[in-house]
Amino acid sequence: MGKSKENLLILLQEAQNKSGYLSQELMVELAKSLNVSLSDVYGVATFYSFLSAKPQARNVIRICKSVPCYLKNSQMIIETVGNKIGIKPGETTPDDKFSFQLTNCIGACDKAPAMMINHEVYGDLNPNKIAKILKSYL
Amino acid sequence: MSEKRIVLRNCGIIDPERITTYLDRNGFKALEKAFSELTCEQVIEEIKASGLRGRGGAGFPCGLKWDLSRNAQGDEKYVICNADEGEVGTFKDRYILEGDPFTLVEAMAIAGYAIGAKRGYIYLRTEYHYLLGLLKNAINQAKEKGFLEHFDIDTREGAGAYICGEESALMDSIEGKRGEVRYRPPFPPSRGLWGKPTIINNVETLMNIPQIIVNGAHWFSKLGTEQSKGTKVFSVSGDVKSPGVYELVLGSQLKELVEDLALAKNVKMVQVGGATGRIIPHEMMDTPLTFETILGAGAITVFDESRDVIDIVCRTMEFLAEECCGKCIPGRQGTEAMVEILKRFSRGEGRQKDIRVLEELSSAMMLSSLCGLGQAAPNPVIDSLQHFRSDYDNRIRESEGG
Repeated sequence: MGKSKENLLILLQEAQNKSGYLSQELMVELAKSLNVSLSDVYGVATFYSFLSAKPQARNVIRICKSVPCYLKNSQMIIETVGNKIGIKPGETTPDDKFSFQLTNCIGACDKAPAMMINHEVYGDLNPNKIAKILKSYL
Repeated sequence: MSEKRIVLRNCGIIDPERITTYLDRNGFKALEKAFSELTCEQVIEEIKASGLRGRGGAGFPCGLKWDLSRNAQGDEKYVICNADEGEVGTFKDRYILEGDPFTLVEAMAIAGYAIGAKRGYIYLRTEYHYLLGLLKNAINQAKEKGFLEHFDIDTREGAGAYICGEESALMDSIEGKRGEVRYRPPFPPSRGLWGKPTIINNVETLMNIPQIIVNGAHWFSKLGTEQSKGTKVFSVSGDVKSPGVYELVLGSQLKELVEDLALAKNVKMVQVGGATGRIIPHEMMDTPLTFETILGAGAITVFDESRDVIDIVCRTMEFLAEECCGKCIPGRQGTEAMVEILKRFSRGEGRQKDIRVLEELSSAMMLSSLCGLGQAAPNPVIDSLQHFRSDYDNRIRESEGG
C-alpha cells in the first residue's frame, strides 16, 4: 500500500491486525511518513471502535449490547463471559488471552444473543455454548 | 400475503462461491443487455421509470441520483455500494451478500456504465469481515469471465463506526479520515469521493437493478404503491418466534410481516427502522409498509407486552449518543442531554418539566442537526411520548409520590 494520506485508515487497520493495537511509536512514525500531523493520526485511530490505541489481548471478545440482543438476555451473556474469564468489560486478562468489550449491533439479531471473537460471530448463545467457544480459544 | 422474492431470488439457490451457478440463473444477462441494446441514458431512463427508491432508509429516487451524477462534470466518477449496514436490528444486507454477491457485482457494473464511472467501491462494515473473501471472490470471477473489462470494483473495510453508513461520513472513511459527516451542498452526485461525482447506493437498492433492466421498468412499477415501487427486504428480530429476513411487496401491512410471517404474539409495539426509526403501537399494526408511512432500512424490532418502553427508548438513545460523530452540536449534545433525562426516568426520578425539555430538544435537533442521525434521533422519544405517554406520567407520579 502506497504512502499517501488517503491510505491512513488502511495502514492503521493493517497495523492493528498485525500488532493488536496502535502504539504511540507507530503513530508518530506513520504521521512522519505520510506528512500529516500526529493529531490527525490519533484522531483517526481513536474514532473507530475496532482500532485501539491501548494494548489488547490476542483475542478480543465483543458482546453485542444493542436492543435486539438485550431482548434476548444479552446481560446474561455478558455476566457469563465475565465470570468465565474473570474480568469486566473494558479489561484484559492478566495472561493476555482475552480482551473483553461491549459493542453495538453486529448485524446478527436473527441469532441473538450474539458476540464476536476477533472476526468470528457466534449466535444463539447460552452458558454451555459460551464455555465451549471460550475453550476453543485457550 | 406471502413473500415475493426479487432481491432475494438467488439467495439459497445459487452457490455464492461459483459464478457458473449464477450464470445458470441468467446472471449478467442484464449487463449484456445494457451494453448491447441500451445507451447510458436509456439505462437511467429505465431506472427512473421503474420508480426504484433508495433502500438504505432515505428513499431517494435512484434514477434521479444516477442522472445527476451522469450530468455532473468530472474527469472521473465513482460508484459506491454502501454495505456498512449498521442500523440496529438490520441484517438483510448480510443475508444478501452471503447468498448472492454476484448480482451486486453485476448491478455495480451497470451503474458504472450508466453514469460513466470506471471504478467502484464496496464499503463493507468490519463486523462483516467474514464476507470480504466471498465478495472479492465474486469480483475476481466476474473479472475472469470478462464482465468487468470497463469497470473495476475494489473493497474497503470499515473499522467500527455506525455513522459511516451515512453517505458523506462513508466517503470520508474511504478517503482515510475520521468518518465525520460533511456539510451539504455539494451533494455526492456532483462532488463526492475525492471531490468527484459519485453515486452511493445501498446493497439492496443495487440488487434490484439487473431485474429492472431484464424485465423492464413497467414490470417493476406494477408492484407496490403509488410512491413505493417494488419489494422491500425486512430484518425481523426481538420478541418473535421466527426472526429472520423476509421480502414483501411494498404496501404490505406491518401485521402481515410481524404476526403472520415472524409469528409474534402479544405485541406491545414495533420499532420500524432501527434506532432512528419510528415506534408503532399495537393498535397501528395495520399500517402499510411504504416510504409514505414507515420503512427506514427495514429493521423491524418487535417488543411484547412484558417490555418497558422507557427502558427501550433510553437504550436506543444511549446507542445514538455513542455513535454520533460529534461534528454538530445538536447531534453531539442533544443526544447526550436526552440520555441524561431518559436515565432519570429509568431510575424513577423523572419530573413533569422533563417532558417539555424532551419536546423542545426534539424539535431543535430535528431542525438543526447536520445529518440524519441527529435529525431522526428524537423519533423514539417523540413516538413514545405520543403513544405511551401514560408510561411517562405513571413514572413521574411514582417518583413524586415516592
